[in-house]
Amino acid sequence: MKNFSYSRARSVDHAREAARKPGVALIAGGTSLLDLAKSAVEAPDDVIDITRLAGFDAISVDDAGATIGALAKMATVADHPDIKAQFPAIAQSLALSASAQLRNMASLGGNLMQRTRCSYFRDPANFSACNKRSPGSGCSAIGGITRNHAILGTSEQCIASYPGDLGVALTAFDAVVDLGSRKVGIDDFFLPYGAAPHLETVLQPGEIISAIFIPASKAAANSLYLKVRDRQSYEFAAASAAVGLEFEADGRTVKDIRVAIGGVASKPWRARAVERALIGKTLDERIVERASRLAVEGAVTQGDNHYKVHLAPRTIARAILTLGGLA
Amino acid sequence: MPQTIHLSLNVNGAMHECDVEPRVTLLDALRDHLHLTGTKKGCDQGQCGACTCHVDGKRVLSCLMLAAQAEGSEIATIEGLAAENGDLHPVQAAFLEHDAFQCGYCTPGQIMSAVACIREGHAGSDDEIREYMSGNLCRCGAYNSIVAAVREAAEAAR
Repeated sequence: MKNFSYSRARSVDHAREAARKPGVALIAGGTSLLDLAKSAVEAPDDVIDITRLAGFDAISVDDAGATIGALAKMATVADHPDIKAQFPAIAQSLALSASAQLRNMASLGGNLMQRTRCSYFRDPANFSACNKRSPGSGCSAIGGITRNHAILGTSEQCIASYPGDLGVALTAFDAVVDLGSRKVGIDDFFLPYGAAPHLETVLQPGEIISAIFIPASKAAANSLYLKVRDRQSYEFAAASAAVGLEFEADGRTVKDIRVAIGGVASKPWRARAVERALIGKTLDERIVERASRLAVEGAVTQGDNHYKVHLAPRTIARAILTLGGLA
Repeated sequence: MPQTIHLSLNVNGAMHECDVEPRVTLLDALRDHLHLTGTKKGCDQGQCGACTCHVDGKRVLSCLMLAAQAEGSEIATIEGLAAENGDLHPVQAAFLEHDAFQCGYCTPGQIMSAVACIREGHAGSDDEIREYMSGNLCRCGAYNSIVAAVREAAEAAR
């Protein structure tokens, strides 16, 4: 990778100031930045290490919800007893991600910012056309090998899928991303592609994620993350679902249901149509399977990713039925 | 002139001074600058686990970490695992006992990963071992023997 200067942030204000300048990259765990720098997708001139900033890795859980510092490591949060108890889908989304070594290194903030695994995006040496890397240059994936590419939230400029798990679980439970000077709901944090797939989040130059807040809810406390993939471990999702369920006092009627899906969309995807179809209903296989198919209405397939139109609803259905004790 | 920085790295309990370009990973610093070649470079992009070592007691991928980031931490590599008198670490002994390697290239990473896996408390069953060792690939396919070695070493540690 191209050489760069290395320095350590003296304070979060110093980091924010430095991050305004072009060519500056912040490094936390480094597992995304260095991977992308080795493929020359990112080529910073100056790297600023923010890991020694104190106080940004705390995890606190109370009746209102969980507040997790952006520098908290994936492994720490995945194993945290209060997160596992009150937000199991979030703990599972982390534990099912990456590998043990990567989870020890990677921060939650960096995890949200991870970039697509699209093999055209990640191969600038062989594929110069990539609207995400170079706006306006075209898309090498369309017409190519597209097994892992998105069926939801795509545009004519880009069909890359967002590969992360944590973002999906956070989206199901209306998490809020704290940028210091402002807070943004997780669904608004990630931008739809439209004509500008190179813009993935609302982060402006100089903004750094400082913490993530997940509001407490009965659905969050009764939740799970189901990740379906070719290998049993250490692989990105072919399709995944974060699901939370709350029943009425009768124990059968759905009072609250949250569904978000991953591995199939350009950003973590909240499946509100599925939720609306199941609120107030008694769950059974037929009703769940029919509702789950609503998640892929409007899907646009491209070449090899057609299977996701079937896999995503089945993943949602299995997650709901498992949570509801019907699987 | 390529810009270099001076680093003081604590590896296996000893301080090492080196001057490296900031882009140098911990893996390359260990192998090329400190001549500790026990830690292996497999994929150099965080996908195989051959470069696994410990930083402050946690298993990490040294190929996806800048050497500069490891300054101030305690770095442990395979070279530091056996005792001063040459007695093998129990995990090393278990790997020998169970013939848990063929070509040996993934082995330092497997052993460093296994030591940490056991310490983390993630080696309670074969299924758990497979899941928590999934970050270490073995192209020779010695997985069954690796799992047996980790199982035995974990039981001995309990």
